[in-house]
Amino acid sequence: MLNIISAAMRVIEIPMLALQRRLGINRLAWAFLLPNLILFGLFAFLPVILNVFYAMTGGDNVLLADRPQVGARNFATLLDCQNYLDVNSCREDKFWRAVWNTIWFVILQVGFMVGFALLTAIVLNRDIRARGFFRSVFFFPVLLSPVVVALIWKWILQREGVLNAFLDWTGVGGINWLVDANWAFGWSVFISVWAHMGFYTLILLAGLQAIPRDVYEAAMMDRASAWRTFRRITMPLLAPTMLVVLILALIKGVQTFDEVYAFTGGGPGTATTFIIQYIYEEGFAGAPRLFGLAAAASLLVAGVLVVLTLIQLRLSRNNVDG
Amino acid sequence: MARVFSFLTATRGKGRLHWTDWVSYSYLIIGIFLMFGPVIWLVLSSFKTANELDRFPPRFLPYAQETVEVDGFEDPLLAFTVIDGDLTGEVVGQTRRAAGRAEIIVPSNPDERIRVTVDQLEPIEGISFATENYTDLFERFNFLRFFWNSTFITVTATLLMLLVNSMAAFALSKYEFKGRTSVLLIVIGTLMIPQTVVLVPLFLIVTELGMFNSLWGVIIPGAATPTGVFLLRQYMITIPDEILDAARMDKASEWKIFWRIIIPLSAPAIAVLAILAIMWRWNDFLWPLIVLTRTENFTLQLALNSFQGELQTDWTSLLAMTVLTLLPIAAVFMFLQKYIATGIASTGGK
Amino acid sequence: MKKTILTTTAMVAGLGMVAGAASAQEVRFMCYSDGNECEVYDDLANRFEADNPGVDVIVDVVPYQAILENLPVQLAAGTGPDLAKVTDLGGLNEYYLDLTPHVDADYWDSAFGETLNWYRVGDRQGIYGMHSQLTITGPFVNATLFEQAGVEMPGEGATWDDWATAASAVAAGTDADFPMAMDRSGHRVAGPAISYGAKYFTEDGVGSFEGFDAFAEAFVGWNEDGTMARDVWASQGGSTYADAAQEFINGEVVFYYSGSWQVGRMDEQVGDFFDWQVVGSPCGPAGPCSGMPGGAGIVGFEGTENPEAVAAFIDFLAQEDVYAEATARTRNLPAHLGVAAAGVEFQDVSAAAQGALNGFAGALPDVSPIAFAYQGYAGNRAMYGITVERVSQAIVGELSVSDAMDRAASDLEAAMAEAQ
Repeated sequence: MLNIISAAMRVIEIPMLALQRRLGINRLAWAFLLPNLILFGLFAFLPVILNVFYAMTGGDNVLLADRPQVGARNFATLLDCQNYLDVNSCREDKFWRAVWNTIWFVILQVGFMVGFALLTAIVLNRDIRARGFFRSVFFFPVLLSPVVVALIWKWILQREGVLNAFLDWTGVGGINWLVDANWAFGWSVFISVWAHMGFYTLILLAGLQAIPRDVYEAAMMDRASAWRTFRRITMPLLAPTMLVVLILALIKGVQTFDEVYAFTGGGPGTATTFIIQYIYEEGFAGAPRLFGLAAAASLLVAGVLVVLTLIQLRLSRNNVDG
Repeated sequence: MARVFSFLTATRGKGRLHWTDWVSYSYLIIGIFLMFGPVIWLVLSSFKTANELDRFPPRFLPYAQETVEVDGFEDPLLAFTVIDGDLTGEVVGQTRRAAGRAEIIVPSNPDERIRVTVDQLEPIEGISFATENYTDLFERFNFLRFFWNSTFITVTATLLMLLVNSMAAFALSKYEFKGRTSVLLIVIGTLMIPQTVVLVPLFLIVTELGMFNSLWGVIIPGAATPTGVFLLRQYMITIPDEILDAARMDKASEWKIFWRIIIPLSAPAIAVLAILAIMWRWNDFLWPLIVLTRTENFTLQLALNSFQGELQTDWTSLLAMTVLTLLPIAAVFMFLQKYIATGIASTGGK
Repeated sequence: MKKTILTTTAMVAGLGMVAGAASAQEVRFMCYSDGNECEVYDDLANRFEADNPGVDVIVDVVPYQAILENLPVQLAAGTGPDLAKVTDLGGLNEYYLDLTPHVDADYWDSAFGETLNWYRVGDRQGIYGMHSQLTITGPFVNATLFEQAGVEMPGEGATWDDWATAASAVAAGTDADFPMAMDRSGHRVAGPAISYGAKYFTEDGVGSFEGFDAFAEAFVGWNEDGTMARDVWASQGGSTYADAAQEFINGEVVFYYSGSWQVGRMDEQVGDFFDWQVVGSPCGPAGPCSGMPGGAGIVGFEGTENPEAVAAFIDFLAQEDVYAEATARTRNLPAHLGVAAAGVEFQDVSAAAQGALNGFAGALPDVSPIAFAYQGYAGNRAMYGITVERVSQAIVGELSVSDAMDRAASDLEAAMAEAQ
């Protein structure tokens, strides 16, 4: 396998070298970018552009050609509120409930998840026994499909589930977790952290591995305390990775859907209905299928995310070559 | 026992345990319980019968009621222990039960049928693994075909994605050229639109390119994830430019620099991305569901979810299938995770 | 730019058809299973192939989600299958293949009667679908709990209030946790709601929630005072489906309102843990003691290359003997009037289940005409979804019942404006 790959690489080198002679080094960057740009343009960027067109049409037809133009009406419908702090005064109350839920969810989920992922990565980066095993343990939930994650935790948390059986046994007494809005919300955060933490742990671990060992050895010579080493060496050198983790965690947090949807369906009531569920129900699962409204909502969310990401990038410019 | 203990507690190289080691190991042990416990539960549940799955409160191990053979009955009878009345302590078989009353038989005396109330009986249960959950799967459909489809999609898409994304990440991290920021912003911007939303436009594009009901319809769009470019690019930034300059001095071609220097130095990030890509493609469900509609093209995830009907879900088969689909990817992870450790630190490059 | 995209998407429809023409007489049947339906149809397809050499019917078993969410998109793009088992009967009408030229229309009319209408919309009044799986909603009752509590079971003509009182008495006298439970579904509440006076249509035949308030009020009340298992409706969100079969099987619910499709599961899983039976839907203040019909049917699509083969296969499945066999093996109620009249001997079921299925079949005459019309209404899926979402919000206290009903009315108005 490896032989085939390295042979293939040597073959690719021939045209690339020719290109390098013609274009010069810096313009060769486009040659490196080209395959990605073609795939990316067709299958990631073009759909997003089409999505913009969908956002400006109405009706429930699938093909753009059959859909009536409605201009900005979908956006107007979404933003039609008498008072933005009172969801009941909005025309699309479900959208605004989802927006507020998502904001709270992201704050809690990203905070806990990145915190625990960092802690776990640092522990796993130590010289511990059975490191591979422990890494696998923490990563394992990431391998599970969202439906399975939801199913497992439903078993644990349902009225007569494992946790309540345990609480009854200890004498504390069970709680009907999934019927109480606050508990259901809290557990949604927990499950989402549980399911995705391994992903970020892994990225952070790769980042920690990239920090050259002799930097630490030098710090040890200077008898720097563990905390000081962490503050002065680990954190700055980990900053580019941390930035990826924060940005990805924020984006994926806002886009949380599958496992919570399979877990609570967004309930009780709308307590755990997040923005993507709203989009999914309006545009795909519900009837009639309002692709236009769904597309408009997704663009609003994307707009907010872009702004947040730019802020993050700007804030971290000191540390990272943006 | 002492050896197990020393194995668990020893830190590599040093003999004595620092307090931070204790904290670390405690954290890891809790981690096993919390992160792995539910997964073990899943595996054990896949060996349960439908009745055992629906039981309140749930039990950890799969149980099934035992049966007794009684002369004169073709099928074995459900076994009970009598806990009250004349027959207390006897093991009996139940022939019929209706509305709180049961008809039982003592196996040693198969001719006499005795009537008791249900609360006098306690079922005898033993641990029993419902392996038919698994064997039925192989009888019901062409598991190997689905396995091959999934594997082909995963391997091809991952290789394609790693090559294409690392090339792009190299360009975006190590070259100064006009338009770099715009490309980067578009890549990040596309991350913001969830896949759920672009499913329909993407479907229309893929259909038009003639990739409907073809494995390539899953492979090629899958290789275009913005996450990969972003992840690798952020990692490659940390590779010092001096290494590249030194290589250029030695008249190495740019492709050689990419292939011989950047890729090996990015091994940890590439390993992470490989794990993620394999996982994404292997577990992908929504997208194959819309592109692949023919049984011969189905992936394991599609076959797995076909146990979900409108009103009923065949949980026993679904769980068994879940565990089976989990095994290969868990093995791949165990294999790949060690490459995360072989980064810059161990290759010696700085 | 816009123009290219418009032509692009329009072209997609044409391309799909070319791609579909792999083999001359290959017929693709997209099927989903709530039990063993697809296996049985696959088996029947083999028999059909033996009689019709040159036709190859391939059953593709997909998750229900694919039928509900992806099939409409695929049909619009022209990449749909040749036939499928669907539940959105009226909603997909524009894509249906009219079987009339290929089959004996008189036979179909006499065999399927009313259910043919469920597939018809507007001026498309042909023969489109064979209703393969008729369902009807109704209550399952835990008879053992009644006996333990010494409470007499309400008889024929009992109202919802009678049942609520009786079930509460039973739950109080035994260790059952909930007197009643109802599936979380807009379809399930439709029967009871009609019994409480819901009209579901305006005078011009357009969908409406007129008269639904009375039931909403009662239902939310039952959830608040513990008569209904609040978990079912309150622990979920959106329009997600949830049932209470697990609770009923564990003997925790006295009276469980679900439908005929649960009989197989009850039969298998309750076993002789307790006695259960099916009773007719209770009556309401507005009079009717109505359940709600429903189910799935097999339709052909106009996009097919082989309309004759598709029609011939569906017609084969619709023949009385074949239909009777499929019904018996899949343990569904027959929509075929001839099969229903002759009675079905269901396969591999206990006497209790046979009785329960017959009980459900016997409740069909009680079904209100409104319920039949509602089941055949193309906008019913939108209305089911709105019902579940808004009533749930009232149950968990996010909205008052009247606010929830106002929201439901405006949701429906908005949905209908878009669907025009």
